Amino acid sequence: MILTEVTERRALLARSTTIAMVGASGDPLRPSYTVFSYLRTESAFIVTPINPKLDEIDGIRAFASLADYARAHGAPDIVDVFRNPASVLPVVDESIAIGAKAIWFQYGVVNEAAIARADAAGLDVVVDRCIKVEIARFTGGLATAGLNSGIISSRRAGTR
Amino acid sequence: MNDRSFGFATRAIHAGTPPDPVTGARAAPIYQSSAFVFGSTEAAAELFALRGYGHIYSRISNPTVASFEERMASLEGGLGAVAFSSGLAAQLAVVLALARNGDHILCSQNVYGGTVTQFSITLDRMGIGVTFVPIGDLAAMRAAVRPETKLLFVETIGNPAGAIADLETLARFAHENGIPLVVDNTFASPYCCRPIEFGADIVVASATKFICGHGTTVGGIVVDAGRFDYGSGRFPLLSEASRGYHGKVFTETFGEYAFLMRLRAEILRDVGSQLGAHDAWLLLQGLETLPIRMERHIANAAIVARHLEAHPDIEWVSYPGLPSHPDFALATRYLPRGAGSVFTFGIRGGREAGRRFIDALELWSHLANVGDAKSLVIHPASTTHSQLSDDEMRAAGVAPETVRLSVGLEDCDDLLWDIDQALEKAHADRRVSA
Repeated sequence: MILTEVTERRALLARSTTIAMVGASGDPLRPSYTVFSYLRTESAFIVTPINPKLDEIDGIRAFASLADYARAHGAPDIVDVFRNPASVLPVVDESIAIGAKAIWFQYGVVNEAAIARADAAGLDVVVDRCIKVEIARFTGGLATAGLNSGIISSRRAGTR
Repeated sequence: MNDRSFGFATRAIHAGTPPDPVTGARAAPIYQSSAFVFGSTEAAAELFALRGYGHIYSRISNPTVASFEERMASLEGGLGAVAFSSGLAAQLAVVLALARNGDHILCSQNVYGGTVTQFSITLDRMGIGVTFVPIGDLAAMRAAVRPETKLLFVETIGNPAGAIADLETLARFAHENGIPLVVDNTFASPYCCRPIEFGADIVVASATKFICGHGTTVGGIVVDAGRFDYGSGRFPLLSEASRGYHGKVFTETFGEYAFLMRLRAEILRDVGSQLGAHDAWLLLQGLETLPIRMERHIANAAIVARHLEAHPDIEWVSYPGLPSHPDFALATRYLPRGAGSVFTFGIRGGREAGRRFIDALELWSHLANVGDAKSLVIHPASTTHSQLSDDEMRAAGVAPETVRLSVGLEDCDDLLWDIDQALEKAHADRRVSA
């Protein structure tokens, strides 16, 4: 199912714990490192880099492939994709093969065939969104930066 | 958390201000603190590298200011907002975020005199060129676009003559030419018009006016729709490695948030034109009553405008809410709830009669501001537009006899009484001196 509503993205994040990040980089200038570092240091998610060229990022072991990851940790809740849109079909196939529950295509990673294939295989699919931004939307991070979280509530956080 | 789409009046009160998570305070707390303690050295490094979320120093962000920013983003229908110390600081920041020495911008001829001065003199000194264009003449506008043009700036309701921007047409024009449409929404407020709904990319405003509503606080706001693609190559300040952030590429790292991030993390950080926490709090209080204030402003303005139009001592009234205004049709389309409460008229007897009229008023306040609960009056030719040449003044719709009103929230009968007695005095004096 392609998740287009803000509440659907919130529910996906609420039921997920593990994130396998395909294309994670150790270069501080790369967007994928920004997201990786945020997930590792500021979120409760367990994030793992998937990158055949790296052994680790900031002390977190990297796996060469999603299959290698799954052999060690089982299926991830979310496969987060930082790759050229033209080369993401194999990532979708591998995600389906290991039984990943959701696939998240980051900003600009838009490939209609890949989206359709993941959707048809029953994965939850998020397209052209940043997982860091969406987590921050629901945990108050966006609000610190004057960004429109869309949240209206008279409830005190943490008392529900 | 619910998924309801709340209405405008609800968001004017609640957006950006859930109960304080620590104390449960229901009103927005004033976080009067210059700086904020880091959770750890690692967390501090994440913040400085723009990877984490949190407050560092109130020149860059502050919790009370962020509440105001989020509420404005919600009311304008934007992705996010950055507050500034004034409306002029806000619009300058937008230009600096998109343009540099050697670049060029387009600006409507029908804008606030302070904007004309800022763009044509201060920006010019910085090497950023500006061409003032008639926004009803697409051919003339097209002829003014250059390869280095970075934005088109217009006002929803032009100050002071009330020219209404045809936002959909201007957005299409801007996008066909590869540039964002920046709209100053000060005179309309998001209650009357939300330019983003008509294709605008960036909304700026002087928050001093209807947003504040009580004439207490100077502030400015920038709201970004997050829709414009700055990756076309035309905006290297956003799409190429930033010297201010060790080579970070804003469009690549922040996607739709690129403009807002650069506006805050580079422009606000380096220029230091931030809004203070206490001022943000006053603006939050103002926003809570924006919808009901605007209803009354508009109702009173319509009565005053019609009264003036029927008055024998008045030569003309220029209120876009009246059928006699050349942009009445545009106002009906873009400002269906009303055309605000700021407008101009010309008194019979010219500049001298206008001066006598203002001096005879007892309830209307003669000062340089608009959008106050109190009714205000000014003579633009000798004040707000006095730095302009005669040609610039005429292009902006200001005649020597023009008087500008900002109709407030008082009993309308009292406002009309004051106008009538002042017109009578202006008239009587003229008869005596003649």
